[in-house]
Amino acid sequence: MLAASSVEMRKVNKYYGKFQALKDIELSIPPGKVTCLIGPSGSGKSTLLRCINFLEEYDSGEVRIDGQLIGYDAPNKKMSGRRLREMRRSIGMVFQQFNLWPHMTARENVAEGLIRVRRISKADADRRASEALAKVGLADKSASHPSRLSGGQQQRVAIARAIAMEPKLMLFDEPTSALDPELVGEVLSVMRTLAGEGMTMVVVTHEMGFAAHVADQVGFMEKGELVSVDSPDRILHRPEDARIQSFLRTYHERNSF
Amino acid sequence: MFSLAVFFQSFGPLFWAARYTLLISVLGIGLGVVIGTLICAARLSPYPPLRRFAAIWVSFLRGVPLLVQLLVFYYALPVIGLDVPAMVAAVVTVGICASAYISEIWRGAIAALPKGQAEAAVAIGMTPVDVWTRVILPQAVTLSLPALINELILLVKASSLVSVVGILEITRASQAQAATTFRPLEVYIAAACIYLLINLCLAALGRYLEHRTAV
Ligand SMILES: Nc1ncnc2c1ncn2[C@@H]1O[C@H](COP(=O)(O)OP(=O)(O)OP(=O)(O)O)[C@@H](O)[C@H]1O
Ligand SMILES: [Mg+2]
Repeated sequence: MLAASSVEMRKVNKYYGKFQALKDIELSIPPGKVTCLIGPSGSGKSTLLRCINFLEEYDSGEVRIDGQLIGYDAPNKKMSGRRLREMRRSIGMVFQQFNLWPHMTARENVAEGLIRVRRISKADADRRASEALAKVGLADKSASHPSRLSGGQQQRVAIARAIAMEPKLMLFDEPTSALDPELVGEVLSVMRTLAGEGMTMVVVTHEMGFAAHVADQVGFMEKGELVSVDSPDRILHRPEDARIQSFLRTYHERNSF
Repeated sequence: MFSLAVFFQSFGPLFWAARYTLLISVLGIGLGVVIGTLICAARLSPYPPLRRFAAIWVSFLRGVPLLVQLLVFYYALPVIGLDVPAMVAAVVTVGICASAYISEIWRGAIAALPKGQAEAAVAIGMTPVDVWTRVILPQAVTLSLPALINELILLVKASSLVSVVGILEITRASQAQAATTFRPLEVYIAAACIYLLINLCLAALGRYLEHRTAV
């Protein structure tokens, strides 16, 4: 069992200029659990997720990882870059567009953070990178550049890059949305394995099947608000809120033929 | 009648003069890369005065013809009490002029990188220095290679302008040859051939580098 982090968000607000992207977000993410975030486009799911590792700077409220405030030492007093980097080390992130570094091979992509951030020797980093790649089923692709890999393989390398850092929390921002349908399964299956090992995961997704079967809790967002957080069953199968019902109706209409 | 003999005889002295052309272009682009990188860094820095300085630098140097810059520089230096050889003045002017273009080449290449490239590095806890040296710059250099080679080719041609400050590079040498042989056409065609040869080689070098760094 790996060490897993918890996340607490209290009254988190985020503005882009005058536009309020997050409104008084309250969310508890228990350690070792999978939290899925769903909601219409532009509702603030990515913004919320990116506030957790302070890739997006929230304007007020608190985001705590294992009780530790991220981004600020005190209200309006930014944390030092060094402290922030230390906290980010144990938070893995996976992006919709993979964001692999194209000038490095798969193994170099994975080893880079180990060498530069964790200060591990090149030989050890290579060994750990190979292990991480093997874990996502890509042992044979370690010498390939990203441009030689399919979307599903690229995303699995990106997951390997994150888990090689031995994070205690993993953030996924629509990890399968850029993939051809037939490649979605291989990525979800890696994520399911990770969840089974007790990793704390926050997953923004449109894969309702994944949310229904893997999530411990599902949050629904709309217009910057976290409308409701509840069990997958209560959000996805017996939603009481009209906004969730209408969102799911649209989703089902689009996905049926 | 076109005299093949004069045409071929011109190559000797013109090749000899080509070393100045190459020296000025290569040193010029070297200096241009150094200054251009600093200007680009200033342009992208979070400090408004630096950004403004860099913007002015670029628009000023791009707005004034190299020939005029050369003349101003060449005649201004003695006024402020600096007596530099024509060659130094030429290299410095060409380098400064190139820096404006090179800083824009860098800036364009950096802007062309998807934001997610740096984000992925920031997210795993890399320092800003590592983000730049490991993720952004290697890709920006690869992206800008064709434009940099192109700039070098432009400089080889622009270096003909330094003939005005008395450097015996290809153009100036061919003027001298033309005057002594009374065969300007043959001499200038020979000069054209040498410029062409140099630039075809550079273009080939560019293609080779591009091919080698392609992933
Ligand atoms: N950098 C930015 N500047 C201004 N507005 C932004 C910025 N980033 C996001 N927004 C706005 O904030 C709102 C929330 O964006 P966000 O990306 O979090 O939505 P999302 O729920 O992730 O949507 P999607 O499903 O399309 O990814 C949107 O209305 C978006 O236009
Ligand atoms: Mg999003």
